[in-house]
Amino acid sequence: MRVVVCIKQVPDTTEVKINPETNTLMREGVASIVNPFDEFAIEEGIRIKEKHGGETIALTMGPPQAEDVLKTALAMGCDKAYLISDRAFAGSDTLATALTISAAIRKIEENDGPVDLVICGKQAIDGDTGQVGPGIAVRLNMPPLTYVSKVREINPEQKYIIVERLMERGKEVVKSTLPALLTVVKDINTPRYPSLFEIKKAAKKPMIKLTFNDLGLREDQTGLKGSPTWVNKIFSPELKSVSGEIFQGEPEECVKKLAERLLELTKGVSL
Amino acid sequence: MSYLKIDKDLCVGCGVCVDACPQSALYMKDDKVEVNDKCNLCGACVGVCPVNALSIPREEKKSDLSDYKGVWVITEHDGKKPVNVTFELIGEAVKLASKRNTYVGAVLLGNNVSFMADDLFAYGADKVFLCESPVLEHYRTEPYSEVVVEMVKQFKPEIILSGATTQGRDLAGCVATKLETGLTADCTGLEICPETGNLLQTRPAFGGNIMATILCPNTRPQMSTVRPKVFPVPPKTDKKGEIVNFSFDFSKINIRTEVIEYLPFEEKISLADAEIIVSGGRGLGKPENFEMLKELADTLGAALGASRAAVDAGWISYEHQVGQTGKTVRPKIYIACGISGSVQHMAGMKHSDIIIAINKDPEAPIFKISNYGIVGDLNVIVPLLAKELKKHLAS
Ligand SMILES: Cc1cc2nc3c(=O)[nH]c(=O)nc-3n(C[C@H](O)[C@H](O)[C@H](O)COP(=O)(O)OP(=O)(O)OC[C@H]3O[C@@H](n4cnc5c(N)ncnc54)[C@H](O)[C@@H]3O)c2cc1C
Ligand SMILES: Cc1cc2nc3c(=O)[nH]c(=O)nc-3n(C[C@H](O)[C@H](O)[C@H](O)COP(=O)(O)OP(=O)(O)OC[C@H]3O[C@@H](n4cnc5c(N)ncnc54)[C@H](O)[C@@H]3O)c2cc1C
Ligand code: SF4
Ligand code: SF4
Repeated sequence: MRVVVCIKQVPDTTEVKINPETNTLMREGVASIVNPFDEFAIEEGIRIKEKHGGETIALTMGPPQAEDVLKTALAMGCDKAYLISDRAFAGSDTLATALTISAAIRKIEENDGPVDLVICGKQAIDGDTGQVGPGIAVRLNMPPLTYVSKVREINPEQKYIIVERLMERGKEVVKSTLPALLTVVKDINTPRYPSLFEIKKAAKKPMIKLTFNDLGLREDQTGLKGSPTWVNKIFSPELKSVSGEIFQGEPEECVKKLAERLLELTKGVSL
Repeated sequence: MSYLKIDKDLCVGCGVCVDACPQSALYMKDDKVEVNDKCNLCGACVGVCPVNALSIPREEKKSDLSDYKGVWVITEHDGKKPVNVTFELIGEAVKLASKRNTYVGAVLLGNNVSFMADDLFAYGADKVFLCESPVLEHYRTEPYSEVVVEMVKQFKPEIILSGATTQGRDLAGCVATKLETGLTADCTGLEICPETGNLLQTRPAFGGNIMATILCPNTRPQMSTVRPKVFPVPPKTDKKGEIVNFSFDFSKINIRTEVIEYLPFEEKISLADAEIIVSGGRGLGKPENFEMLKELADTLGAALGASRAAVDAGWISYEHQVGQTGKTVRPKIYIACGISGSVQHMAGMKHSDIIIAINKDPEAPIFKISNYGIVGDLNVIVPLLAKELKKHLAS
């Protein structure tokens, strides 16, 4: 099995805030991290290799400093990493991102051999769209298996995979041919922490850089030019505040008043 | 190559853009702004400049988009009836279509599903584009996306809306890629730009900490996914419409997936459908307090919700989480107990008709959007309230 795991470097959005006066991002001290969902993708990729043999390759598209997330992936146990980085990719929306990554995966196939499985996270916590995975699948002509919460079975000889998909009201068990693309949710596994030994070993693993010229794409297919969607503006989430009745004081009194309102309100509701 | 253009004559050196840049690509030099090569053209700085000194020059595409007409909604259904988000989106589509002087189309795919067309008309669709086949019995990405792509190529809609559900996102992502058009995820607001006629799509990003307005000016259709419960279900009427039958030759596509089994979750009061929700947060202090909350919920016939803090603490399972990374709900009454009201939590419940907060901190942000509230210790208030309500409901 040759597995490619797609990982994105993202700002730790728990720390990103917007300044409500100026409508600007306050990014003071915001750290760059591996997209949390991609840690589950890396872990699953490594487990599949450990069980079925082969190799697991980590890939990221981003600025040069995105190399850091590849180092994490290598330390967790990936065998090789590809950094796809070029000014020509700046401004990519999900369509251009998926096209660029799919071209890079084709390049990996040329270098290393056929890819049986591509694993992405459910979504990235910055752009938050979850659209890149299905986009890559379409471009590579692989069936997309989204929201996977468990890999039940992989049969590399007969080339099929059976997964459980987490849906709103249940789980769907799907069988698909290989190669295929998975996007994974956090129920799928518990990502490992790299040991000191692994971190040292990782420094010797191959880190390959691909640029625009390696991918055989046209200039108008990548970056800003290849992106149909534009971010027009960003602003802070506004809340229409209401001046409600807020009761303070004796709990018994407050509760009486609130219960009165509630009973009035629930008249139309079937209790 | 594309680049960020800075009009140095206009720039007044206010520095607002420097703070807006997520990449730290802007800096001040001689009282004017400069950009370094970290810029990834995300566009965040362009809209914040008070004097419009920043722009990202883009080539004008000459493609003619005037052939594209109609606002479409992709119907999601369970084989028996369309799910509510479909009706919510039709309601929104009616508004957009009237601004564009065009029709509302609903795409309906499945096996023996034509009877659902009446409902789609009743909520506002003018046309239903119907494709029926045993191949379409269960949702599967490949046949569904192929049919929708063919339909779009033939009928050229201007806008396509789909629910931001597991199925809707999966389908929209594949369809947009095949059509090479833009797709905006998880929209919470849709508007037509009066000058250009483009769809202005507003959505949260960065975990709900910011909102962004996204445009898709040069390609059609403009596609958006929208979360359930963001828009209300429109009133049902006795409107009728036209069914457009669409036939598709499935032998020409290679279907590589097969649904083996479906394992539904245990049926509780589903949060998404509940009319009243009683929700608990970190302020509950301990897992046992959800029992106390449940008593209040049971009294009201309400479903139990939770903040992420309570879910992360392991007090209650993830299915109960309300918010940005949980469920979006729109009940008649939402009662938040020991929940501070973070933007991420409010993103999932601010559209509730009536919001009630119980919190010991009078400054808690949740009170700002509450219609009623009690400042006090929930350990005292919640049991008292359950008792008081029981007294009245019994009589
Ligand atoms: C505020 C804002 C709003 C945006 N809204 C939209 C929008 O509505 N539509 C749109 O088309 N674009 C949008 N974009 C652009 C979009 O964020 C970028 O294209 C981004 O590179 C990929 O999208 P995502 O972060 O949503 O990734 P997702 O699709 O959520 O990522 C899913 C998975 O794909 C893989 N992946 C994603 N990006 C990479 C990468 N660079 N390298 C390796 N693997 C990757 C990872 O496995 C990840 O877990 C927006 C950008 C901003 C700043
Ligand atoms: C990317 C991202 C996604 C997120 N998604 C979600 C999401 O989907 N849903 C979500 O809820 N959160 C989400 N969060 C987390 C969110 O930012 C908050 O951390 C969380 O909502 C806080 O939960 P809380 O209000 O229960 O806890 P707190 O903020 O700690 O509030 C507890 C409240 O309880 C009150 N209190 C304490 N004791 C008592 C008492 N005895 N009686 C009465 N009141 C009391 C306090 O005054 C306080 O207001 C997300 C965060 C990020 C970064
Ligand atoms: S376009 Fe984005 S990355 Fe470039 S300078 Fe502006 S805010 Fe920074
Ligand atoms: S926001 Fe505009 S005026 Fe202010 S520093 Fe930036 S470019 Fe200059």
